[in-house]
Amino acid sequence: MLLIPCPNCGPRDETEFHYGGQAHVPYPENPYELSDTEWSRYLFYRENPKGIFAERWVHSTGCRQWFNMLRDTVTYDIQAVYPMGVPRPDSSRDGAPETGTASTAPDSTTTGSAGPSISTTSIQSTTAPEGATK
Amino acid sequence: MAETAASPISAKTAADKNLAARVSPAKQLAEAFAAGSLAGTVELSELPFLTMVGLRASAGSDTAQRLAAVTGGLPAASGAVAGSGDTSVLWLGPGEFLVVAPTEAHESLGGGLIPALRDALGGNAGQVVDLSANRTTFELTGPRARDVLEKGNSLDLHPRVFKAGTAFSTEIANIPAILWKTGEESFRIFPRASFAEFLGRWLLDAMREYASPEVP
Ligand SMILES: [Zn+2]
Repeated sequence: MLLIPCPNCGPRDETEFHYGGQAHVPYPENPYELSDTEWSRYLFYRENPKGIFAERWVHSTGCRQWFNMLRDTVTYDIQAVYPMGVPRPDSSRDGAPETGTASTAPDSTTTGSAGPSISTTSIQSTTAPEGATK
Repeated sequence: MAETAASPISAKTAADKNLAARVSPAKQLAEAFAAGSLAGTVELSELPFLTMVGLRASAGSDTAQRLAAVTGGLPAASGAVAGSGDTSVLWLGPGEFLVVAPTEAHESLGGGLIPALRDALGGNAGQVVDLSANRTTFELTGPRARDVLEKGNSLDLHPRVFKAGTAFSTEIANIPAILWKTGEESFRIFPRASFAEFLGRWLLDAMREYASPEVP
């Protein structure tokens, strides 16, 4: 059971939340221009990283608000919780997701961003199909 | 809506009729609640037909201020309960609140609370919704009440953390419910009407070890 720090309510059991999948998947600027392949990529293709993953959660039995979260898919360590619409905070382990070490983040309930923002490869994409695939 | 009542007498009769026709969601458990309670240890009862109103208004907006003037304040953050007199306002989310008032505050019984809130909202962005039939109210009291709740809720219910006069929207027995600590040893639990029987029976089961005669 994860203990998820809701930005409004504080730490609550995972069962009070619902998962919303990968965060920062932009809606295509002009969906009508997409081919079926591109559209399907936007709809269905998501990352499946081993390591830090930016994802959406909603506190459905609490304040019913959505928020974003950085979670380590290996250690389940929660690195950051931040509002919807805010860019993904920098994560110290983005460069080496394969290592899965938890040693750099002793406090799993830290909220907000930490450190300078060095953009990762995936977030800055501008064209819809490209952004959708990442 | 007081002005629509032709005379106080006919309004009273209509209200009595209205109330007599209603069946509370856990009425069928009333006897079981009485039998499963032990005075001075833990007691469970249903408080039927409390008036409940869902409010939505952005924090700090003029609408929120006008609604607050009717209820006697709006709570600012998770856990907080505002209000005045017998009207309380529970925080459900940012800009979302639940007003809890006595039965007779309901419009159908001649009460003015909901019309006053509706007037305060006017045509502005927000909501005033009568939710009185959405949930029922359980009252769990006694020195063992906290032990009973701790079997099915993962909040820290220790009095050091969970103070009287706070309320949280959470899970009890794996179902969504609002838990309001009204006194040092008394709690109000608001399950949705469709969960009332389940939660009532679950609480009775959790109470049994405390409310049974001691084995010599
Ligand atoms: Zn919350």
